[in-house]
Amino acid sequence: MKKILSLLLAALMLCGCLALAGCGSSGDGDSSTLILNVYNWGEYISDGSEGSLNTVKAFETCYEETYGQKVKVNYSTFDSNESMYAKLSSGAVSYDVIIPSDYMIARMIEEDMLLPLNFDNIPNYEYIDEEFRGLYYDPENLYSVPYTYGVVGIIYNANVVDEADTGDWDLMWNEKYAGAIVQFDNPRDGFATAQYMLGIDVNSTDPAGWDLALEKLQEQKPLLKSYVMDQIFDMMESGEAAVGAYYAGDYFTMLDNAADNVDLCFYYPPVTNYFVDAMCIPKGCQNQELAEIFINYMLSEEPAIANAEYIYYASPNALVFNNADYQEEMGEEAMEILYPGIENFREKYNLYAFRNLDSDTLNYMNSLWETLKIG
Amino acid sequence: MKRASKIYTVLIMLFLFAPIAILILFSFNGQNSKTVLDGFSFHWYEELFVDTVTLEAVRNTLILAVIAALVSTVMGTAAAVGIFRLRSKYLRAALDTVTNVPMINPDIITGISLMLMFAFVGRLMGLANSLSFWTMLIAHITFCLPYVILQVLPKLQQMDKSLPEAAMDLGCTPLRTFFKVEVPELLPGILTGLIMAFTLSLDDFVISYFTKGNDFETLPIRIYNMTKKPVTPKMYALATIIFFVILALLTLSNLIDSDTDKAIKEAKKAKKAKKAKKRNTVKEAKT
Repeated sequence: MKKILSLLLAALMLCGCLALAGCGSSGDGDSSTLILNVYNWGEYISDGSEGSLNTVKAFETCYEETYGQKVKVNYSTFDSNESMYAKLSSGAVSYDVIIPSDYMIARMIEEDMLLPLNFDNIPNYEYIDEEFRGLYYDPENLYSVPYTYGVVGIIYNANVVDEADTGDWDLMWNEKYAGAIVQFDNPRDGFATAQYMLGIDVNSTDPAGWDLALEKLQEQKPLLKSYVMDQIFDMMESGEAAVGAYYAGDYFTMLDNAADNVDLCFYYPPVTNYFVDAMCIPKGCQNQELAEIFINYMLSEEPAIANAEYIYYASPNALVFNNADYQEEMGEEAMEILYPGIENFREKYNLYAFRNLDSDTLNYMNSLWETLKIG
Repeated sequence: MKRASKIYTVLIMLFLFAPIAILILFSFNGQNSKTVLDGFSFHWYEELFVDTVTLEAVRNTLILAVIAALVSTVMGTAAAVGIFRLRSKYLRAALDTVTNVPMINPDIITGISLMLMFAFVGRLMGLANSLSFWTMLIAHITFCLPYVILQVLPKLQQMDKSLPEAAMDLGCTPLRTFFKVEVPELLPGILTGLIMAFTLSLDDFVISYFTKGNDFETLPIRIYNMTKKPVTPKMYALATIIFFVILALLTLSNLIDSDTDKAIKEAKKAKKAKKAKKRNTVKEAKT
C-alpha cells in the first residue's frame, strides 16, 4: 500500500520536474532563440500528415539554415474570424502573423489594427497573381498577402438529382428534392443564397432587399432537410442529403470520403460568393521582420504547394497553380473546379464578395434570421 | 425482476461506453471513414506522431495539468486544514461557501472574469502580452482548488482528533505532528483531490479558451478549432490513448481508496478485538 503511494507520488513529482524543465526550454528559452507567434484557422496548414510537409517545422529549419539563428514558432488556431478579432481587440495578447478572411481584414484596417507590410522582405509577393491585388479589403495592397481563396458552389448527388435541374441557385428551391436539401446555418451565407438568386446586392443596407430574401428563404424552409454547417460533410458523404451549397475546396474533401452509392458533383451558379483569406501582421507584433520572412516563406514553392494540397482550397500563388506536379496531384477535374478561369476574378470578387456590414444591417439581418428559424 | 434489472444495467453501460468503444474501434480503422471499417491498422497512430503541432498541444496540456494539480493540491490541503481549525462556526461556514463559488459558477463566467482581470493587471503593468502560460496556470489552479478542498475537508472531519493530540502530548512539535500523523490520515483525500485536479485541468476547454496566450495552446482548444473541417481519425487515436491513461489513473485511485478503507476497517476490527480481549481479561481477573 505505502509502496504504491510513494511510487505514485514519486512518479508525479518526476513528471512535474520534467514538465517544468520542458516548459523552461520551450518558454522564453535562451535569449538567442527568436519567437514567432502565428494565429491561423484550424486545419489550415500542411502539418506533416500522410507524408506531407510539416510547414511549421520546415520554416524553423529553413530559418536556422539561412540566418544561423534558432526560431521557435508558436502556432495556435482559431475557429472563426470573430473569435480571433475578440482575442486581438481585447489587447491582452499579441500575435506576429494572423490569417483572417477578407471582410475581417477590411474591418481591422478600418480600426487601425494592422501594420503596413514591408514588401522588401516579401520578394515572393511577385508570384501572387495580378487578379488578387487591389481587392476591395486592401485596395492598395499595403496590409495583406493572399493565402487561399474560394468560391461557393452547389454540391449535388447525381444519383438523385436530374442533371437538367442543375446550373443555378434554383436547385436549392426545387420541390422535386424536398427533404434532401441542406441550407447554410448562418445568417450571412444563408441569406446570400437567396440574394444571389434574386439578384440583390449581398452588401446592401436597404432593409427591403433583406425582406425579399427572407421571403424566399421562408419559401424554401419546408423543402429543407435541415440547416447545417460542418454537418454537411457527413450528410453529403453518406447520401443523407442530396443538394447543398458549400466551398469548392470542401467538395473535394467530401468526394474523398463519399459512400459507394453516392455520386457527388459540383457546379458554380452564375453569380456566387468569393472569399480570400490573407496573411497580415497585427499591431503589437514583436518582430515584424521575422513575421515578414515567415510570410515570404509561406509563398515559396514547396510550402505553398504543400499547403494548397493539404487545405484543398485554391491558391492565388502562380508557383502553385502553374506547377505541373501540383496539377497532376489534384487532377484535371479538380483544377477545373478550383481555378474556374482566374481572369476577371478581381472584378467579380469586388462585385459579389461579402463586405463588412454596418451594425444596423447586421442586427436587422440577425433578427430576420431568427424569424426564419423560429417562424 | 432480477433479469429486468440486469438488462437495465447492461443498457446503461451500453449508453455510457458504446461511444468510447466506437471511437476506439475507428481509431484502428484503415481508412478515413466514419461508417466503413476497413481492416485493422495503426495508420492513424503513425499520423498522430508526425503531427508536431498536436503533439506539442498534448505536451502543453500535460505540463499545465501536472503543475496545476500539484500546486492546487498543496494549496487546497493547507486551506482545508486552515478552514477545519477555524474556531468560529460562522466564519467556517462562510469560507466553505466562498470556496464553493468557483465550483458552482459556470465556467464561462470564471473564464471571462479571469481574462478581464489578467488583461487589466497586464495593462497596469504595461505588458504587451498579459495572457501567457502563467495566466493559464493561475486560472487552472483557481478552478481546481475547491475540488481539492472538498476532498480533504471530509477526511479531516473523519480523522480521530485524539490522534494528533496524543502525538503532541508525547512531545511531537505541531509541524511534525502534521506531517507524521495528520498527513498520512488525510492521504486518500489528498490523492483523490490531486487526481481530480489533474483530470479537471486536462479536459478544461472554456476557461483555457479565454485565458490562453499566444504561445501556449492546449489540446481541447486545438481539437475544437479543428472541427470546422471533418476531424481526422488521428484525433480518435489520441482520444483512445488519453482514455486509457485516465482509466489507469482512476483505477489506481480506486485501488488506493479501497486499500485504505480496508486498512481502516481492519484497524477498527483490531480495536474491537482488543477491547473485547481487555473486557475478557478484566472479567477473568474479577472472577
